[in-house]
Amino acid sequence: MPIPESEVRWVHPPQLGLWEQLYLPAVVEGLKTTVRHLFSPKITEEYPEQEPKLPPNYRGVHRLNRDEKGRVKCVACYMCATACPAHCIDIVAAPAPPEWQADGREKYPETFVIDELRCIYCGMCEEACPVDAIELTTLYDLTGYTREEMIFDKEKLLSVYDYTVQAGTDPVRTRAGRLGPASEPANTSVPPSPTPSTVARLTIHAPTSSSPSHTQKTTPDIQPPRHAPDH
Amino acid sequence: MPAFDLQLVVVFIVALLAGALGLAGYLVLSERKIAAWIQDRKGPNRVGPWGLFQPIADGVKMFLKEEVIPAHVDKVFYILAPIVSVSTALLALAVIPFGPTVPPPAPVALAEGSSPAEGLTEFLQRQAEYRQHTSFLLAPGLDIALLYVFSLGSLAVYGVILAGWSSNSKYSLLGCLRASAQIVSYEIPMGLSVLGVILLAGSLNLEKIIDCQTRDGPYWFILFQPLALLLFMLSLYAEDNRLPFDLAEAEQELVGGYHTEYSSMKLGLMLLAEYVHLVISSFLVTVLFLGGWSLFGLENLLGQTPWAAVIKVLVICGKMLFLVFFAQVIRWTIPRFRFDQLMNLAWKVLIPLGLANLFCVMGVLHWGLPWVTLTVTSILLLLGAGYFASRWRGSVSVVRRKVVPLPPGVPPGVTFAPQR
Repeated sequence: MPIPESEVRWVHPPQLGLWEQLYLPAVVEGLKTTVRHLFSPKITEEYPEQEPKLPPNYRGVHRLNRDEKGRVKCVACYMCATACPAHCIDIVAAPAPPEWQADGREKYPETFVIDELRCIYCGMCEEACPVDAIELTTLYDLTGYTREEMIFDKEKLLSVYDYTVQAGTDPVRTRAGRLGPASEPANTSVPPSPTPSTVARLTIHAPTSSSPSHTQKTTPDIQPPRHAPDH
Repeated sequence: MPAFDLQLVVVFIVALLAGALGLAGYLVLSERKIAAWIQDRKGPNRVGPWGLFQPIADGVKMFLKEEVIPAHVDKVFYILAPIVSVSTALLALAVIPFGPTVPPPAPVALAEGSSPAEGLTEFLQRQAEYRQHTSFLLAPGLDIALLYVFSLGSLAVYGVILAGWSSNSKYSLLGCLRASAQIVSYEIPMGLSVLGVILLAGSLNLEKIIDCQTRDGPYWFILFQPLALLLFMLSLYAEDNRLPFDLAEAEQELVGGYHTEYSSMKLGLMLLAEYVHLVISSFLVTVLFLGGWSLFGLENLLGQTPWAAVIKVLVICGKMLFLVFFAQVIRWTIPRFRFDQLMNLAWKVLIPLGLANLFCVMGVLHWGLPWVTLTVTSILLLLGAGYFASRWRGSVSVVRRKVVPLPPGVPPGVTFAPQR
């Protein structure tokens, strides 16, 4: 269809003046920028001498948190396994040992296996967990020689917890958990909401350099408490 | 054949080859480091302290890579192309001065009554006296030195053409066509811009040109021919396929251009030829415009001692390195020229300016005007060209065409209506 003349707009490149048409002043301006960058500080981060500073919500390797008695927090509710888009979490639930039942713990995971190679590190499991048992840490340099050793079972995940809490890089994140006795109340300065909480402990799993007691491996779930609650 | 000192020549050959090839390797490193620094990052710094062993790693890699000759190439020319590139580049090193030089004697003018025999003895005497001095040149006394360098540059086009044509691939073919057109077009402004210098010095011999600049004081030709320096440097960048004129090998456009199908040592040789061209270009600019080994007369303080020779070698190589680094910084300063802009620049801008500059030099020499007139005319030419371009509707590459009103009865939007 022919276009009417009134609807045609002729566009021309802008007319350059004498100063611009010489092109040399523009080149000199460009050289000033280039040479300024030549001598300015460089932003390269030289790995592995300089490790990157990761934000606290970085989604790295998973860990299973322990409660203040050293037991695994997970109650084997299968929320994380259901939420996982990659289907990499495999849990077998079992009734908790009798001494746990006294504290109100009914179920615990007999086996808890995450295939770290299948995982897409989306963090859905962390968001789904009602008791803040599973978290993604800031460990990013996960390597292995075989595929089998990259399938983490419960002991391995708990050892990741021990490692990161000792290293002090990942404080345990809680969402002011009010669901169930295995979760912990908020430890921020926000005033607690007016829900009747019998668990009024202000236990902060703050990273302290307390004595490493991860050498005993007979009962990996249960560990003696390593730091007294501080109010 | 004139007599020459075989030992000295062999030493110079070894020194030049080792120096040029080693320098080319380290120029690759400096290119990467300078590129990185300009982009706010550090360059290669893992292989040695500050990455100084990186060229060795690159060289070892080139040697140890598998020699792949694709089945679809024309084998003879495929292997010949890097040979041509490298040999023409290295042959040009023969006449480049890299240290103190002494100008060869002028031709003997026979007086009225003297016989040719007397003239011959005079000539032989002068030549013998010239041979006493050690000029830091592989082939001293070559009176057509500059022409030799330019002709080798023209032969280097064959390397590009053979590489692209024998590779039998569309990227290589397009790249080689563009590159050869570009190189051939920029040969003309390259020659024109130095014609002024040649006329002022009176010779094509590089030693005589240096002597003309240093004889009566620091009268470097950059003072008298700044426009020619600008044109020469632009032409050299275009000859070497360096940015802003590297469309023929730009990865965004043509994968690799004419060296797409090359790998390992063949590619290494072609890249080496590029860097040797850059070194030779920088040496030429130093010798022709920046006074060669002179440093405003300071180099005469040490007289004729060997230390003076060392200082002069350092001065000329320092100037050459500065120009090389300048080329490497310019690469990241100016955006790439489109091919038609490139060709228009050569034919419509550089050649007219070069010719105008040549006419100015001819006028100054004919009427014996002081040479400072040339500085004024150079600046006036540049400003005049800028003024002319700013007043001219349209630009060099986009020619403004007159808008012809369509004849009545023809619907709008028709572009090829018969004009009756």
